[in-house]
Amino acid sequence: MKITIWGARGSLPSPSPETNEVGGNTSCVQVESDDTMIVLDAGSGIQRLNGNVPSHIKQIDILLTHLHLDHIMGLGFFSVLYNPKMVVNIWGPTGVNFDLESRLTRYLSPPLFPIRLKDLPCQLNLFEVNHSAFNIGDLKISSAYVCHPGPTLGFRIEGPSGILTYIPDHEPSLGSSNFPNVPEWTSGCSLAQNSDILLHDAQYTSDEYKTRIGWGHSTMKDAILFAEMSKTKKLLFFHHDPGRTDNHLNSLLKKEINSHPVDFEIGLASEGDQFIIGEY
Amino acid sequence: MSSHQLEIILSRQLADSLSIPIFLVDPDGNLLFYNEPAEELLGKRFEETGALTVEEWSTMFKPNYINGDPMPPKHLPLVKTLENHQPNHGSFYIKNFKDKTIRISATAYPIIGRPDRFLGAMSMFWKNEGS
Ligand SMILES: [Zn+2]
Ligand SMILES: [Zn+2]
Repeated sequence: MKITIWGARGSLPSPSPETNEVGGNTSCVQVESDDTMIVLDAGSGIQRLNGNVPSHIKQIDILLTHLHLDHIMGLGFFSVLYNPKMVVNIWGPTGVNFDLESRLTRYLSPPLFPIRLKDLPCQLNLFEVNHSAFNIGDLKISSAYVCHPGPTLGFRIEGPSGILTYIPDHEPSLGSSNFPNVPEWTSGCSLAQNSDILLHDAQYTSDEYKTRIGWGHSTMKDAILFAEMSKTKKLLFFHHDPGRTDNHLNSLLKKEINSHPVDFEIGLASEGDQFIIGEY
Repeated sequence: MSSHQLEIILSRQLADSLSIPIFLVDPDGNLLFYNEPAEELLGKRFEETGALTVEEWSTMFKPNYINGDPMPPKHLPLVKTLENHQPNHGSFYIKNFKDKTIRISATAYPIIGRPDRFLGAMSMFWKNEGS
């Protein structure tokens, strides 16, 4: 399984010379395994993915964790949607009153976007998921609602060579009784269990969080505790606060690792980073 | 280890933060959690009883109708809610772990997640004054 990060910024794109290393694009991750290609979220990072879709790929599955703008703003700009030969499956969370199509159409229709979802030339299929499991090629996907405002999923992708877990927007300490001591009572914990790589929300410092409880995001410290609890092998901080420069992110990372030493790797998910789980 | 679904975790969080006695059960009726005010009512801490099956908790408090006749477990509001996935309310007597007879009212409601997943039920209890 090959994983490429095309956007790891939270909330708002924040390109600038000071964010060049980690990148300013919002959530978008490419996952490849043989002829299977999955795209996790369709944030502004999708623009750079446009030039990196292998030519043999005929079907692309886009897994949307939720429909907050930072996770779908790139969707209409994904070039494969305009290719009539391409099969594009979009998987997203079930709502209560409106289906996935009508919720996506709110964004992909005038006046917010010139082209309507149903007029896209590709062979488009929409699938609603909630607490469910399904297969894409040789990859097994499990999804579950996690603690974040509005219907929001986390995804666990199990391939023959290992496990990737993607929970970009998540407030584990609110979705838990007695965090971080009881895994069975912690939102998202089964998704992350024993993963080789965990991409997890780490938007706030512990100080910032005090005034942002209930906003749906995790502190860097809680991301580490969550990874530790779920026995993750490698944690990558994701959904970086848009106000954070590369220097600031690097120094916060160092501080968090020093104050809570663990026996697994911790890093910052950065645009262009590539990770291989098992053989590829 | 598999974690509970989000709606159940958040229900426990809510129960944990309220001063009303609350029971939380899964779709099979297994008692997953009761909060501190419920511990006081029942006369035993959650840590002492642990999770209980529906057969255990529905009979151990020896529920009686207000007229004194024994109440079959299937008439308890929470057991009814597990059956019909609808809110139910009722008043009855229980005998708690300290052998004290208490008159209580219970309101049970189903926990149904998006889009239509029956995940369990919650019951709130009120001790009826003067009992
Ligand atoms: Zn987000
Ligand atoms: Zn969000």
